[in-house]
Amino acid sequence: MAEFSLPRNSKVQPGKTWPKPQGKRLKDFRIYRWNPDDGQNPRIDTYTVDMDKCGPMVLDALIKIKNEQDPTLTFRRSCREGICGSCAMNIDGTNTLACLKSCAEVKGDVRIYPLPHMPVVKDLVPDLTRFYAQHRSIEPWLKTVTPEPQTEWRQSPDDRKHLDGLYECILCACCSTSCPSYWWNGDRYLGPAALLQAYRWLIDSRDEGTGERLDNLEDPFRLYRCHTIMNCAKACPKGLSPAKAIAEIKRMMVERRA
Amino acid sequence: MLHKTPLGQVLGLGSARAGTGHFIAQRVTAIAGIPLVVFLIGFILVHRRASRAEIVASLENPVVAILLALTLINLLWHMRLGLQVVIEDYVHTPARKHLLLLLNIAFTAVMGISALYAILKMSFGL
Repeated sequence: MAEFSLPRNSKVQPGKTWPKPQGKRLKDFRIYRWNPDDGQNPRIDTYTVDMDKCGPMVLDALIKIKNEQDPTLTFRRSCREGICGSCAMNIDGTNTLACLKSCAEVKGDVRIYPLPHMPVVKDLVPDLTRFYAQHRSIEPWLKTVTPEPQTEWRQSPDDRKHLDGLYECILCACCSTSCPSYWWNGDRYLGPAALLQAYRWLIDSRDEGTGERLDNLEDPFRLYRCHTIMNCAKACPKGLSPAKAIAEIKRMMVERRA
Repeated sequence: MLHKTPLGQVLGLGSARAGTGHFIAQRVTAIAGIPLVVFLIGFILVHRRASRAEIVASLENPVVAILLALTLINLLWHMRLGLQVVIEDYVHTPARKHLLLLLNIAFTAVMGISALYAILKMSFGL
């Protein structure tokens, strides 16, 4: 059966409350901590940040906590401007990028967890191995039969427009890890991110592998585990709609039969 | 238990090249269900206080009997498709999953045949 409760060694315990700094605009950050080396259960540590001395985004606060209070706090980050997708995590109950989420948007304490239902490497760092393998499985590159042209594969501006709303995906995994269907069947369902990427190649005017791509997707689990729950579109920090891309793939499946 | 690479695990046994028929059937039976359920509710309301003889008299009209049979087939078919998805979503032990999928088909078949038998019997005035 699908597991609806956490195994005993994953039950989250109350953790340490770190000393409060001086200041007027204090905000509490309740952060999931888990260390694979100490044999303990995960816990929630509480850190207090003076928002007058901190940047506006959740990532600014995390970096400040790591620099000034607790250097063991572990998370991924790189570009701090919503391009790299490294700092995806669950903030205030929604998967998003810490660098694009403003602390002021969160009423009360800021609760931060790793992306849901993924194996945790440490603290806020999930293991995305399978997620990347799913992206690799849809063959995210141009597939052609026509001999390669002397110069470049040409694409009209109108055809290029079909890739808008798809090419912006940064593979942060916010959508896939927000999808209940992906939680229960992530081993066989490709998930919204990989399917949005699949559609990005299906709708590319230069690609000649459409039939083969559809063949590989036509599966009760790979594609049809999408039940239009729409969490993916709600979670996407780039404002994309994987749900719409999946609906378009289903439309193509029906179209080639009728 | 094979220890495959991450990509090997994702590719698994390959694509089943199936699922579109199920997807179409689920949508078609859902849409067809709208007018048929309106008919069914009407049929029930009209026969609220009817005796068996009055219902049998209604079913002697072939249009009513056929519409009722269509409604039941449509609803049972839609139910089977939906329950199949629920079982596939939540039941992951192979033996239990296959047993439940077979029971789902068997239950729908028994219900469907019984309903058709009852409608046919009454539509012949029995």
